[in-house]
Amino acid sequence: MNKLRHVVTASLRWSWFVLLVLLAFGYLVAGLSGNRPPKNASSTDAEAIGSPVVDTDPMSAVSRIQESLRPSVQKIDAERQQRLASLGLDHAGPADWLTICRRLSLALVGNGLSLEEIRALEQIEESKRERMHLENLLKDQRFHHYWAERWSRFLVGTDGGQFIVYRRRRFRIWLAEVFASNQRYDRMVRDLLTAEGLWTDKPQVNFLTATFDSNDGNADPVRLAARTSRVFLGLRIDCLQCHNDFLGNVNLGEESDLREGQQQDFHQLAAFFTSAKTNGLQGVRDGEVEYGYKYLNEDEETDVQAGVPFLPELLPEEGKPRARLAAWVTHPENIQAARATVSHVWALMFGRSMGEAVDNLPLDEPCHPMMDLLARDFVAHGFNLRRLIRVIAASEAFRADSRADFEINPEHEHNFAVFPLVRLRPEQVAGAIIQAARIKTTDRESSFFLQLQTMTGTNDFVTQYGDIGEDEFNSDSITITQRLLMMNGELLRDLVESNPLLNASAHVRMFANDTSQIVDLLYLSALNRYPTSVEKKHFVSRIECSDDKEKATEDLVWVLLNSSELAWNH
Amino acid sequence: MSVHDQFNHDPFCDPRVHLSRRTLLGAGGGGLMMSAIAQRLAWADEQGVTDSAKPKSVILLWLQGGPSQLETFDPHPGGMYGGDASAIDTSVKGLQISDLLPQTAEQMHLASLIRSVTSKEGDHERAVYNIKTGYRPDPTLKHPSVGAVLCHADQGGADIPRHISIVPNGFPGRGGYLGAGYDAFKIYDPAQSVPDIRRSVPEPRFEQRIADLYDVVESEFQRGRLRQLESTRTLHRSVTDGALRMMSSQQLGAFDVSSEPRQVREAFGDSAFGRGALAASRLIEVGARCVEVSLGGWDSHITNHALQSSACEKLDPALSALLKRLEERELLDSTLVVCGGEFGRTPAINPAEGRDHWPHGFSVLLAGCGIRRAGLYGETAGKPTLDSDKPMADIVDPVTVGDLHATILTALGVDFEEELETPIGRPMKRSEGKPIKAILSS
Repeated sequence: MNKLRHVVTASLRWSWFVLLVLLAFGYLVAGLSGNRPPKNASSTDAEAIGSPVVDTDPMSAVSRIQESLRPSVQKIDAERQQRLASLGLDHAGPADWLTICRRLSLALVGNGLSLEEIRALEQIEESKRERMHLENLLKDQRFHHYWAERWSRFLVGTDGGQFIVYRRRRFRIWLAEVFASNQRYDRMVRDLLTAEGLWTDKPQVNFLTATFDSNDGNADPVRLAARTSRVFLGLRIDCLQCHNDFLGNVNLGEESDLREGQQQDFHQLAAFFTSAKTNGLQGVRDGEVEYGYKYLNEDEETDVQAGVPFLPELLPEEGKPRARLAAWVTHPENIQAARATVSHVWALMFGRSMGEAVDNLPLDEPCHPMMDLLARDFVAHGFNLRRLIRVIAASEAFRADSRADFEINPEHEHNFAVFPLVRLRPEQVAGAIIQAARIKTTDRESSFFLQLQTMTGTNDFVTQYGDIGEDEFNSDSITITQRLLMMNGELLRDLVESNPLLNASAHVRMFANDTSQIVDLLYLSALNRYPTSVEKKHFVSRIECSDDKEKATEDLVWVLLNSSELAWNH
Repeated sequence: MSVHDQFNHDPFCDPRVHLSRRTLLGAGGGGLMMSAIAQRLAWADEQGVTDSAKPKSVILLWLQGGPSQLETFDPHPGGMYGGDASAIDTSVKGLQISDLLPQTAEQMHLASLIRSVTSKEGDHERAVYNIKTGYRPDPTLKHPSVGAVLCHADQGGADIPRHISIVPNGFPGRGGYLGAGYDAFKIYDPAQSVPDIRRSVPEPRFEQRIADLYDVVESEFQRGRLRQLESTRTLHRSVTDGALRMMSSQQLGAFDVSSEPRQVREAFGDSAFGRGALAASRLIEVGARCVEVSLGGWDSHITNHALQSSACEKLDPALSALLKRLEERELLDSTLVVCGGEFGRTPAINPAEGRDHWPHGFSVLLAGCGIRRAGLYGETAGKPTLDSDKPMADIVDPVTVGDLHATILTALGVDFEEELETPIGRPMKRSEGKPIKAILSS
């Protein structure tokens, strides 16, 4: 009797343990069945999309937003038309909705659409799909984190910086919160420029501490001036650090009377940052401007006063030095600063700058009329970044096809007569191929296994593929190493091989009705489009006629992942 | 023994005697598969023409972390700053180096030593950038490393990449503004095979994949889009072809050091670095233009002597065996060997028995093409004043990193003053600084 009771008790205990293990395993692989309704961040709108009952509310919200943008978008489009007409350039019509949605995904979250997302969008009316997708993305955590990383690169670079006082990760998380709450851009700039306190407690202080390694634990005014100038003012005045501008590259001063850039211009800007004093455990604190610099060909050091390189009348007379600088940068009449913002956002959306460079918009050169319009619109509507993104996304320039029935040459691309072809960045390629091999959207809500694959897979891959670091929009070449990695590398092998737990290859084969659907689904996963009839015929027969259909399917996945189409934004 | 013995089965040719380029490049059997450079050299050899303008190459033995000059090439034994290292004689009369490098000491007659290199960078990442490119980090553009500059200046080809980094330690040579095409091709310990070089499926299946890719998917992508899309923009096909060529290249064998006799491998030392140095020498022979091999473990902020001597145990056999091998194979005249790190270490020893970063007078060793043998330039003070306001006071004949690069480029026959166009429109000289005439052989 005792023995029986002992056995029963023991088996009860063990069964609890086994139940716990089963639950843990179940949690780990959860989200792989693909049967649950698709979730997209914490957006109720997105949930509504997944359900078969069409909820009209989010649709009308989207329509309202679209209506409010119409006047601005029309002006931008008109400007573009005028410019193209004056240059005598043909232009392409709009691309199809799926292509445009892919561009939006690449710009905002760094990879293409998942099969899950595509299916969800196909449930709603075609004319509303792009706008719905954009709204979903804007609320998506992935967007907040991806743009936080991209903007971190503009603001603090990728350098390691000085250990202990520089917390890049905290800074990035703070930026993600800024994007999540759609904080006004001018407020973000003011927060960065006037940052005070401890770098752990006030993450925006890392904007300053990122430069501590080159100035003995103090904010480096030279580096900060250079960075402020490029990110916030769209001017490269780095050369003025050491000498006056004798090449005619940098013209500053009064708008109506531009003059050659001087060393003073650089150092007077730098002087503002000398008021950021490091104060031991209190972190950075505001103080007085104290900056001595010996200009080239001078015998003695000058006591440099804080000053701005152009539009001096907008600089407030009173206030703490950095607060004055921040007020000047974010002044509604400082259109140059607004242009700099538009330039960065445009470059993130298109993958390339509107003009020659993202951060160099010379004062003495006319910029594209679209840039000016967007800048004024941006300021007029409260420095609202999301609105700016929406306006750009709705513009004909963004929606233009990259294909046309006339011969396209680089001039068409420069003037946005067609959508420019831009190579994806290494992390976008990694994201694209991992996403391509999945059915479900990989995001923070994904199962642990998927996230693990994404994290380790992405990082190793990106390191080997060649992270371009701060070279934001300049990567034009492809290397043998990259091709070898894509053709024979481990990540590709893992993604291509039929692995029922994780891969699209296997899932698609298991759940598709016929070979034709297999080809469709694989094209949709990898390239975010349906195959053409030629492609479909070729691959259907390739799979059907093969001895081993599973291997033939894997081959198709390999081909799609290795195509230039996957690695390019079109 | 020829590197390519395994490819040459010509019974009439005794490799030990007839160490011609033809033999080295396996011209015996695979004439059809030879690359352009192989064919050129083989033809030249057959005609009995000695190519006096043999392509120059550089092997960079990169000591990551900042090797201590006082424990390697510039010992000052005794006194407050000498540390535990003592000095030994070398094959150059009057020159002594640290006792931690005995084998290298026997080969010093082949090299020149600069003991007075100075830089303004004390941070690892910035200093590595500085030494590898000759310029300080600049937010407006990325400078190319010296290997990329060489490959760009002289486009002589090979099937395998010409700019290679073995055991890259986080900061491999980059193409910078010359383009990612000049980035170093990274491989890890040569005991392991070259990464991603083998196809994971059998050949026929692989060929079919490539055919599907080119004929179906790529051609569809190009339809109706930017004209000359592949040749002017994506370069997808041409670079893929390059990768495919490399996958089937006979020159791949150069990466594999296991085919070298055991005593050769032992001479270089049983470490990734040793194997890397051996592989570097083989790669130079088949047409690679710049091979960098990295060795870490030099950043001795604590227990300086222990760390330096353990790193020297790997450096010593590899460096000496490399110099000896290149000399024996008559390759030293066309190969430049550079050995050094991003900065030196402080003469003052800290409380943890370590030395900290010191860019005010450190050593770089140069040997080979264009460099005088048994040369010596610059000195650091045996009893330095260590006045932080006057860091140059303790150095005789200081040279800058720019001077170092100008010297390297001149030795390689590349015009160091030529201005290159950068993507931002700013012309940039290959190096700033002036070559150190005292150690150049011409």
